[in-house]
Amino acid sequence: MAGRVLDITKENLWTNNPIFIQILGICSALAVTSNLINTSIMSAGVIFVTGFSNLTVSVLKNIIPRKVRMIIQTLIIAFYVIIVDIFLRAFLPDISRALGAYIGLIITNCIIMGRAEAFAGSHPPLISLWDGLTSGTGYMAVLMLIAFVRELLGYGTIFGFEVFPGGKLFGLWLIFPDGFQHWIIMLMPPSAFFLLGIFIWIAKTILLKSKDNP
Amino acid sequence: MTPEISPIILLLASIFTSNILLANFLGMCSFISISKDLKAANGLGLAVIVVMTITSVINYAVYHYIIVFFEIEYLRFIVFIIVIAAVVQMLEMLIERISPALYMGLGIFLPLITVNCAILGVSLFIQIRDYSLVQAVVYGFGSGVGWWLAILALAAIRKKVDTSPVPAGLKGPGITLIIIGLMAMAFMGFSGMLNVQ
Repeated sequence: MAGRVLDITKENLWTNNPIFIQILGICSALAVTSNLINTSIMSAGVIFVTGFSNLTVSVLKNIIPRKVRMIIQTLIIAFYVIIVDIFLRAFLPDISRALGAYIGLIITNCIIMGRAEAFAGSHPPLISLWDGLTSGTGYMAVLMLIAFVRELLGYGTIFGFEVFPGGKLFGLWLIFPDGFQHWIIMLMPPSAFFLLGIFIWIAKTILLKSKDNP
Repeated sequence: MTPEISPIILLLASIFTSNILLANFLGMCSFISISKDLKAANGLGLAVIVVMTITSVINYAVYHYIIVFFEIEYLRFIVFIIVIAAVVQMLEMLIERISPALYMGLGIFLPLITVNCAILGVSLFIQIRDYSLVQAVVYGFGSGVGWWLAILALAAIRKKVDTSPVPAGLKGPGITLIIIGLMAMAFMGFSGMLNVQ
């Protein structure tokens, strides 16, 4: 059992990462990655929804008729997304406004549907919950990586903190004497595509190498 | 407050400058898997135009006359997705009855569309930006056309890439994403003409 849990963790985080390998759920993934705070809130929402919708689907799997299971799964997912939406609007109204439609779009995030269909439909509840949580974490890891690069180069900040202060510090000239020159392209949509493409390239190359000489 | 945008400008903006796929990243999943084949891409693109236009009108009406009336705004996600699933199901049955030939070309893509984020995204954008009915129709149709245009272009480019020497790790989704990035840059060139958010 413990080995199984570890296997699932490793699969979802790396060898079968939902974004790198299965190319699922990038719809909502790319849009929110221009800064780290929004990204972490968004992916926390996705982790919550994936985990608990997996748990619910797994508990109900013998009751749901096979013919209508897709729509039932969608409704279960929508139920959790509404919880996330209401929670954000109550406690983090600014971020809720910034994320806008993308919170609602967690419903059609293919990772969640994919895990419910591929894993939760045929496994016991607790392990399904774990599978959902780790899948969500694998998704979060990639998103944070992209957001890190985009925010660092686009705004010169990490989580809103200035990383490249201009001017003199301790009497020394820093690398950027005139302050950090923002990379505007990083704030625009194309950079998200390029970064994800490059990260997939790196990840796949490493995976291919380790497959060749295990 | 309904924004004051002329429908023609909104139509052009939703096709080119704020393309639903290249600027808002919606509908990527089926976009990447279907764009391998030009014919299938065309079929799916046309199906998206039809479904997007119909659902944006119905969801507009449902939101303004039912959801707001009963004050159940928090249920809008569920209502929107049910409307989309129902429209897709009915359209599938209708097309199968009317024209089997069209069903073979278009119908097989319809189930895929229910989980296409672009469809739900358009309904949500219309509601969040508070578009009027005319604007909603135009925006839904324009976004569909934009999506169709993008997937056709990508499918055509991918045909060429298949025969090019691409590093093993970059093959498939990696190079596709980089192509989409270049396409997004090309579409950004239109943004000098009009600016609508």
